[in-house]
Amino acid sequence: MPMPYYVSPEQLMKDKADYARKGIARGKSVVVMEFTDGILFLAENTSATLHKISEIYDRIAFAGVGKFNEYEQLRIGGIRLSDLKGYSYSRHDVTAKALANAYSQTLGNIFTSEIKPYECEILVAAVGEETGQNEIFHILYDGSVTDREQWVAMGGHAETIEAHLKENYPPNYPAEMPDFSAALDLAMAALRAAGERELTAENVESAVLDRTRGRRKFRRVTDEELHAQF
Amino acid sequence: MKEPHLNDLMRVPVNGPGSSFSDLLRSHVPEALPRVNDSGNLHVPEGTTVLAIRYDEGVIVAGDRRATEGFQIAHRSIEKVFAADDHSAVAIAGAAGPAVEMVRLFQTELEHYEKVEGERLTLEGKANKLSQMIRANLPAAMQGLVVVPVFAGYDLAQGRGRIFKYDVTGGRYEEDDYHATGSGGKDARGSLKKRYRDNLSRAEVVRYAIEALFDAADEDVGTGGPDLMRGLFPNVVAISVSGTFEIPEDEIRSIFEELIADRSERPETHNVDVRRPGEGG
Repeated sequence: MPMPYYVSPEQLMKDKADYARKGIARGKSVVVMEFTDGILFLAENTSATLHKISEIYDRIAFAGVGKFNEYEQLRIGGIRLSDLKGYSYSRHDVTAKALANAYSQTLGNIFTSEIKPYECEILVAAVGEETGQNEIFHILYDGSVTDREQWVAMGGHAETIEAHLKENYPPNYPAEMPDFSAALDLAMAALRAAGERELTAENVESAVLDRTRGRRKFRRVTDEELHAQF
Repeated sequence: MKEPHLNDLMRVPVNGPGSSFSDLLRSHVPEALPRVNDSGNLHVPEGTTVLAIRYDEGVIVAGDRRATEGFQIAHRSIEKVFAADDHSAVAIAGAAGPAVEMVRLFQTELEHYEKVEGERLTLEGKANKLSQMIRANLPAAMQGLVVVPVFAGYDLAQGRGRIFKYDVTGGRYEEDDYHATGSGGKDARGSLKKRYRDNLSRAEVVRYAIEALFDAADEDVGTGGPDLMRGLFPNVVAISVSGTFEIPEDEIRSIFEELIADRSERPETHNVDVRRPGEGG
């Protein structure tokens, strides 16, 4: 009987993390940014139907980068979990924190117990009544969660994009914030700063969580709006 | 309730719930599904008259505000007209508890499908889904908990308003012009029959809907008339290409005031002297 090779846990985790990071680095990027009326999402995406950004619940949205089938599974699971909870209890009982926690547990389990970790990073955002009450959770392939504000970049060129945002996002947060149009421009400039490809209204996807809307705060920014802007 | 775990919900098995919320609920939280186990007739509050009328830009749905329990008024200000999503509404008549629960499940179902699939169900698809839900309620209906909604919406593909009525087995029938159901449904239909024409404006159909509910309340004990003292008026929702829109209470109040002034002038509503019936007026 052949003896299994011994691999130290450190080496195993490192290999898995490298593998996941490589997968994510190949993918396109998403920028998420707080603006005066809520939270803006902008993603490089050549497909008009396979979304990186989508609605989860009344005030909660989701963004994913990396391997489509993997973050799509997470997205559908999140919608199911939220709808079940909202139906069994009340719509107000569905929170971004609980959802981020569920994602974190699940991704953490997959990272440690499955042979292949998920090659994706996701983000759960909820718009609050005021800017200070917005919630943005960034969840990595290994289940680690960070609570973010102002802006987040994920995907292939996250570092370059974050550097650009750090320099250009208005400094006096939350007193001074970009409005919708300024945020869209800033997010686009950040994606372009990292870009190998020419970015136009054709190959980006955008959506907002807008607190001025009715019950469902999520809205996709239409192609017409993107064309008018860029 | 045992809370389902995200792990179990993520996989998309071949025989899994797909994009249906009812199936998801059945497989993970069956106790949350509306159902009745016990046999024997139950006495529960019942909603009474609801109706829908087509107009040139879409369709309106309206309902009175009364729920009855036998000869008692169970609720004076119940709402029976619900926007199901941006382009459709459902109005309920029959056992109020199961009906309201069915509407809540239906609303969640439509939103769930839209979020999972990334696009909306067609109006036809929504009407069929509601039909399945009514069929699932048949065992409860056999015990007296009948739910018979009216479903109406704007068909974006065909560019017009459409009305669907149902029977207790989930049978689905499309109505061309208008429909009314519930205890005063027959009276409301009679009233609408005299007034309906093609291509009515929204203002006209709102007025006819209110007149029909008034006529139903006049003939049927289960249907509530306008309650000026408490300021309770029917709910009316209009659905057109631009979405669903609840007609403001002020507008309905003023239509009622006109209607009452108008009818006071007409002989059919003159006081009758009870001591000399037939000679009053």
